Amino acid sequence: MHIIDRRLNPGGKSLANRQRFLRRVRDVAQRAVREAARDRDIRNIDKEASVTVPADGVREPKFVRSPGSGVQNHILPGNKTYVEGDTIERPPRGQSGGGGGQAGEGGQDSEDSFQFVLTREEFLELFLEDLELPDLAKRRLAVVETEALRRAGYMVSGSPANLALTRTLRNSLSRRIALKRPKADDLAALEAQVREIEARDPDAPELADLLAELERVRTRSQRIPYIDPIDLRYRRFEAYPRPVAQAVMFCLMDVSGSMTEHMKDLAKRFYILLHIFLVRRYKHVEIVFIRHTDQAKEVDEETFFGSRETGGTLVSSALVEMKRIVAERYNPEDWNIYAAQASDGDNVSSDSTTSQDLLRSAILPACQHFAYLEVGDETGPRAGFVEHRTTLWRTYEPVSKTNPVLAMRKVNHRRDIYPVFRELFARKAGQETAAP
Amino acid sequence: MSSAPSGTTRLASPALIRTGEPLFTGNDWDFDTIRRIHDACEAVAGPELGLSWYPNQIEIITAEQMLDAYASIGMPLFYKHWSFGKHFAQHEAGYRRGLMGLAYEIVINSNPCISYIMEENTATMQTLVIAHAAFGHNHFFKNNYLFRQWTDAEGILDYLDFAKRYISRCEERYGHGAVEAVLDAAHALMNQGVHRYPRKKRPDLSSEQRRERERKEHQERMYNDLWRTLPAKAKTDKPDLSVERRRALLELPQENILYFLEKAAPRLRPWQREILRIVRHVAQYFYPQRQTKVMNEGCATYSHYRIMTRLSETGRISEAAYLEFLQSHTNVIRQPTYEDRHYGGHNPYAIGFAMMTDIARICTEPTEEDRAWFPDIAGSGDAMGVLRDVWENYRDESFIAQFLSPRLMRQLRLFHVVDDPDQPELRVEAIHDERGYRRLRRAFARQYDVAWLDPDIEVIDVDLEGDRKLILHHRVLNRVLLQKDEAHRVLQHLADLWGYDVVLKEVDPATGTVLKEHTASARPTFF
Repeated sequence: MHIIDRRLNPGGKSLANRQRFLRRVRDVAQRAVREAARDRDIRNIDKEASVTVPADGVREPKFVRSPGSGVQNHILPGNKTYVEGDTIERPPRGQSGGGGGQAGEGGQDSEDSFQFVLTREEFLELFLEDLELPDLAKRRLAVVETEALRRAGYMVSGSPANLALTRTLRNSLSRRIALKRPKADDLAALEAQVREIEARDPDAPELADLLAELERVRTRSQRIPYIDPIDLRYRRFEAYPRPVAQAVMFCLMDVSGSMTEHMKDLAKRFYILLHIFLVRRYKHVEIVFIRHTDQAKEVDEETFFGSRETGGTLVSSALVEMKRIVAERYNPEDWNIYAAQASDGDNVSSDSTTSQDLLRSAILPACQHFAYLEVGDETGPRAGFVEHRTTLWRTYEPVSKTNPVLAMRKVNHRRDIYPVFRELFARKAGQETAAP
Repeated sequence: MSSAPSGTTRLASPALIRTGEPLFTGNDWDFDTIRRIHDACEAVAGPELGLSWYPNQIEIITAEQMLDAYASIGMPLFYKHWSFGKHFAQHEAGYRRGLMGLAYEIVINSNPCISYIMEENTATMQTLVIAHAAFGHNHFFKNNYLFRQWTDAEGILDYLDFAKRYISRCEERYGHGAVEAVLDAAHALMNQGVHRYPRKKRPDLSSEQRRERERKEHQERMYNDLWRTLPAKAKTDKPDLSVERRRALLELPQENILYFLEKAAPRLRPWQREILRIVRHVAQYFYPQRQTKVMNEGCATYSHYRIMTRLSETGRISEAAYLEFLQSHTNVIRQPTYEDRHYGGHNPYAIGFAMMTDIARICTEPTEEDRAWFPDIAGSGDAMGVLRDVWENYRDESFIAQFLSPRLMRQLRLFHVVDDPDQPELRVEAIHDERGYRRLRRAFARQYDVAWLDPDIEVIDVDLEGDRKLILHHRVLNRVLLQKDEAHRVLQHLADLWGYDVVLKEVDPATGTVLKEHTASARPTFF
């Protein structure tokens, strides 16, 4: 007889089966995920989700004899009153005669559709499927690799800053043991003994021997140094190419009085989606919040969404601020830069040229992607009215036509956020034509 | 009649009484406890019950691993397919919401016999499941004729390993989609992929050569030159295309549809045939289990009951542990009556255990009625001998037809209701009384005959030189037709595999009239 403990075996033995199953129900699961993403509070978006799958795609048909036709025989336990030849009224359809029938139908019900739970990973995978960071390929070829250092053993020469102390002392210790360097304790004990004898009787006969011994020990310990140059070891580093796995996301938002809470909410949802997306792709993602009225300021998240400001609107101020921060902290060589700007579209008309120039010359060349999101009222554009083009929209439109890095969309309702986001990042080649 | 009935549970040989130290105290256990429990059970199962078993391999697993095992029909290794993922998701959802408890153990018909036991079980439960699975089921697997005839306990794990590798190699080579399509189709026909009777042995080369030689010798001996002078009939060079000849060549009619497709489907590629073969072998391996549900569980339940009782009598398990055992035992063998809210058909554990106990009673304390009904075994005194013989040589259907006693029918208060759509009301056909016993028992046994439960579908004919349309018949029993939607889906799979049109006729065997016809045309799934 053998007893085997399987508990420590890696779990997830049926993971491969699950993947095959998910592939099979991909369409359904994806639809469920989209719906969940729309209804769900966006902060909880990356939780696990339960998905109900209709039986259609995952049916396992078998030849079965239909329980509702022909002569059925039921053998049942627990007879109380019946005798042979009795007749029983036929129970209404749906809960037919015997328990056999009931069980059969129950089984079919559960065949019709069933629920299962997607894990967080699976949810996000489906959620972000088909999405691609724009221009990632181009950047990857150009600058994605930088040099980085990593530890690679030891060497016998180097700068003092790289001295590998432990290794050096280990070498020194083994050398001292091998060469029998007198220990400090032994030396001290010998000295103490000499002092004691000298104090007691300076003419003691053994004193001469002891002094000679002490002298010998001292010279030996001087001759064999505590640390010899031969012991020294330095940490060795070697350079290796490191892909840039870091991104920074600039959130630009107009916070002037004309921006309602609803608009800010829309903007926030968009930022969160972008953040989830970036976090999935990059090891390290930083966020910079820049809010602006007629002057721009870098703030923390709470202030960004929370506080209200009054004042006019000068979009170029935010762009200038962004340019400054990029120059200071985020070298485009090392960072993948994404920007998302949300605004209701107001701007001082005299600012248009400045903004265009800034975008063209400084901002867009540094960015992987610049998304402009124009947020509108919940009611949206009223039917029948010619769409009103805002100042900012008219400013950005010509730029976006010539430079695909800039993409622009208009959003009125919360439910549009995710479709718009998908549209912006959908995996496809070619230029984006901006359309509201 | 022997005066010392060795089969009853109350009597013990003096040596066994109160000799043992308790195997464990409390609920906790470790590997040493498991070993002691196994040895103690063995000491009862061997000398006292006379069981024989494959060597045991007891594996301790977690709840998650149990779910994993559920997903691959309990086998320790299995090929990959989405349907197992689906079952896993279903089980997991049920388990998470607390709708479903997990089994205490899973036991595999292999040599060595693998029993999975859950780490959550208490020491008492571990004793119970070891007695139940590692001895009860194990004995049944090793000795029952169906398992001996149809399954290869030695080779199953190796075969599954081969199947798993083969299918994953196919996936690499031909793509997931292509393999999945074949598996889907094969799974749909799995129940039609078993041989119900042992086939005629195919002659091998040496015996063929021997027969050829004998034939030659015979011809030489009987040679008479006179025959040469007879005028010969004009040779017809037309091949023999008679229906009879054709069907004989294809071994028709053939009820094993997967086998037929594997051998005769014109357009399948070798690897696709091999996959059909794998699915067919797996189906064949599980075929005995479907036919022996009641007996298998009855054997295991009766064995664990005997073993646990003996352990309690000899002081190896405490009173508390014995009570804990009795509670789960009675839960397992509960049979709700038909009006009960929890009624979900017959509980194989309940029927099996009741019948085994009843047989033991008939052997040792028969009534006049038992003597009349079971003259062979009534009062034989050797309950275990009779039971071992039963476990070896019967399947559910024959077992019930033979051994369900009137007393047990009365006890279960069984009755037989017929639901005939032509009649306005249901009719009670037979109850547990003198007039009804035999009819009731026969009808009950039918419920366990897979040949009556599964639709009887056969490949009847195909003209390989004509339009290659495959013709199948469903011999309709009791006017119960196939469920239409399901039948169409399966037929579609069948047509895909066959590569040409398929027609399934539902035929009334008495009159030969066709009640219904289903057709399907091949889609370009595989070719």
